[in-house]
Amino acid sequence: MDDIAPEYDVVVLGTGLTECVLSGVLSVKGKKVLHIDRNDHYGGEAASVNIETLFKKYGNFNKGEEPWKKYGRVNDWNIDLVPKLLMSSGELTNILVSTDVTRYLEFKQVAGSYVQQGAGSKATVAKVPSDAGEALRSSLMGIFEKRRMKSFIEWVGTFNGADSASHKGLSMGACTMKDVYDKFGLEPGTRDFIGHAMALYQTDDYITEKGGAPTAIERIRLYGNSVSRYGKSPYIYPLYGLGELPQGFARLSAIYGGTYMLNTTVDEFEYDGSKVAGIKATMEDRGGDAPMKFSTKCKKIIADPSYFPGKVQVTGQLLKAICILNHPLVGTDNSDSVQLIIPQSQVGRKHDIYIAVVSSAHSVCPKGYYIAIVSTIAETTANHHLELAPGFERLGRIEEKFMGPPTPLYSPLESGVNDNIFISKSYDATSHFETTTDDVRDIYRRAEGHDLVVEGLREGTNLVGDE
Amino acid sequence: MASRGQPVSRVGTARFAQFKLVLLGESAVGKSSIVLRFVKDQFDSYRESTIGAAFLTQTISLDDHTTVKFEIWDTAGQERYKSLAPMYYRNANCAVVVYDITQASSLDKAKQWVKELQRQANENIIIALAGNKLDLVTEQPDKRAITTADAEAYSREAGLLFFETSAKTAENVRELFTSIAKKLPLDQAGPRNPRSGGRGGVELRPEAPGTQTGGACQC
Repeated sequence: MDDIAPEYDVVVLGTGLTECVLSGVLSVKGKKVLHIDRNDHYGGEAASVNIETLFKKYGNFNKGEEPWKKYGRVNDWNIDLVPKLLMSSGELTNILVSTDVTRYLEFKQVAGSYVQQGAGSKATVAKVPSDAGEALRSSLMGIFEKRRMKSFIEWVGTFNGADSASHKGLSMGACTMKDVYDKFGLEPGTRDFIGHAMALYQTDDYITEKGGAPTAIERIRLYGNSVSRYGKSPYIYPLYGLGELPQGFARLSAIYGGTYMLNTTVDEFEYDGSKVAGIKATMEDRGGDAPMKFSTKCKKIIADPSYFPGKVQVTGQLLKAICILNHPLVGTDNSDSVQLIIPQSQVGRKHDIYIAVVSSAHSVCPKGYYIAIVSTIAETTANHHLELAPGFERLGRIEEKFMGPPTPLYSPLESGVNDNIFISKSYDATSHFETTTDDVRDIYRRAEGHDLVVEGLREGTNLVGDE
Repeated sequence: MASRGQPVSRVGTARFAQFKLVLLGESAVGKSSIVLRFVKDQFDSYRESTIGAAFLTQTISLDDHTTVKFEIWDTAGQERYKSLAPMYYRNANCAVVVYDITQASSLDKAKQWVKELQRQANENIIIALAGNKLDLVTEQPDKRAITTADAEAYSREAGLLFFETSAKTAENVRELFTSIAKKLPLDQAGPRNPRSGGRGGVELRPEAPGTQTGGACQC
C-alpha cells in the first residue's frame, strides 16, 4: 500500500467511458496515469448494474420486500444506465480496434433499426431500410418517392465537399439541408426519417442551418457505412452490457502501467498558482482495514463533471425510463434487439423519443427478458412520464419500470487550459457514442496540445505474448 | 489473431480445447513469474511488476490426441488496490491463486482471493493454490513461514488443487498447469469467446480503406 508514486503526469477522476478511453490512450503513449473512482465499481454513469442494484438505486419497492428475487440470478443482469449503442463504423469502434481492446470484448449486432410514423392508435412502425432492396419494399414511401430517395442516397454516396461539381449546383457553404431536400423534391415524411432515423438528429434545427448540409450528409453516410459493415442495422453492442467498455479501456491503461484505485475519494486539490498541482485522497477498504490516506503531485487532472460541480453547467435534462419486458416489441419481427425512433414531428414534440432494446442474446438478462430504455430530452418541468408516454405505448406490457427524476447533462465552463483541469461532458441523449468520442478527442487536444491519433497505436506494441 | 477463441474441435480423434485462466494473489508473490516460466521458460529475478500483456497463451498436450490451450490473464496490477474489474473474472474457467511460502500474511490474502473468486466467477471454476518461492526455503529452510501441511489442509477443505512451486527453478510449475488441464471439463468446455459465428457475434476489424463491406472473415 505504500507504492503510490510521488508524482503522476495525469490523475483521472471517474471511470466512465470517456475517462477510461483517455486513460488507456495516455498510458499507451507513455504517460504515468493514476486513475481514481469514488465508487466501488467501474463505469460511473456508464456502468451496467445488476437488477438488485437497479431496484436499490431507484428505491421503487417497499421496505422488507426483495422484488429482484423473482427475476432469477441477480448477476445474470447487466442493465445499462445510459441508453446507447455503438455505430459499427463509428469512432468508438475505430478506437476499440486501434487499441486492441476488442480482445476483451465480444460484440453482437443490434437486429434492427425502426422508425415510427403517425401517433396514437394510427402509429405504425417500419424498419429503416438497410439496403436498396429493403428501400424498395419499405412501407415508408410511395413508389415515386422511392425513386427520389434512391437518387438522393446515390448522390450522398458520391458527394465530395471539396468538389463543387458534385454539389448539384448548390452553394454548400451557404445553403441549408432544406435546399438540398427541395432539390430532390423529397416529401416531409421522407425528410423526417432521413433526418431523424438516419442522420440521427434529435430536433429539426439542422434543416434550416446555413452551411449545415455537408455535416448532415456526413451523418447519413456514417449511418450507411455502419449498416453495410455487418448488415441488419448500423449498431453493435457488447455482450454483458456497455459497462464492459470502460473496464476494457481501464485494463488497457493498467497493462501500460496505469494505477487503479476504486473506493477512493479526493479530499483536497492542491494548486500551484492557478494550476492544479496535486491531490490529497483517501482509499476506503472494503475488507475492514483502516482507510489509506495519501497525497501525490500531478501535472493535470481529467475528470467527469461530478468531481467538479463548481466548474460545470447544466445544458439539458435527459428523461429516461428503464423497462423490463418479457416480450419483444410489436412490429419489430420479434427482434432480440432494436433501436426505435419516434421522430418529434410525429408526436408533437421538439425532441425525438428513443427506445433501445437489448435482451438475453446480449447476455444482459436471463432468457425470455428484454431491457428497453425509453429516453428523450425533457421539454417540461413536470409531466415527465407523459413526455415518455408515446415510447411506453410501443413497449406493450411492462414488468418493471425504473424512472427517476430527469438527469442533468453537464458540460465544463472552461476548456481547462487555465487550471489544467479537463472536465468531460455527460453522456448526452444521442443513441450512440459519436459525441462521446468527440469529447475524448476534444479533451485530449485541450490537455495534450495536439490531436489524438489512434491509428497505429498497436504498432510497436505486443499485447499478446508469443507462443 | 487466428488462434483466439477456438471452440473445442475434433479432427479425427484429436481434441483441442481453450480455457481462460486468471491469476490472483498479493503483489510480489510471483504471479507473473510463474506464468513467464510456464509460457516462455524464463525467469528474471529483477523484473518489475506485471507482464504488460493483454494475455499470454500456452498449449499443453495431455496425451497424443488431447491439447489444451490456456489463455492466461494477468492482473496488470489492478489487484494492488483491490480494483480488479468484473471483466477479469468473467468466463474464467480456471484460476491460479498464488501466495509466497516465506510470507505468512500472503496465504491469508490468497484465501480472500479464493472467496472473491467464489463470489465473482463461474460456479464450476477450477482453482489451484500455488505456494511459490520454494527455492528460497530449499536454500534456507528457516525462511519458510507457511507449512506445507497447513496449506494442504486448507486446499483440501476448500476443494482446491495445491502445489508448492518455484518460478525460479521451474519446480512444479508445469505440473501445476497440467493438473488444472486434467481437471477441466474437456468435453463440454465452451471456449471463452464464441466470437464470430458461435452466437452470431461480429468480429471487429480495421475497416479496409475504400470499401464499405468488411465484416466478413478475412482469415
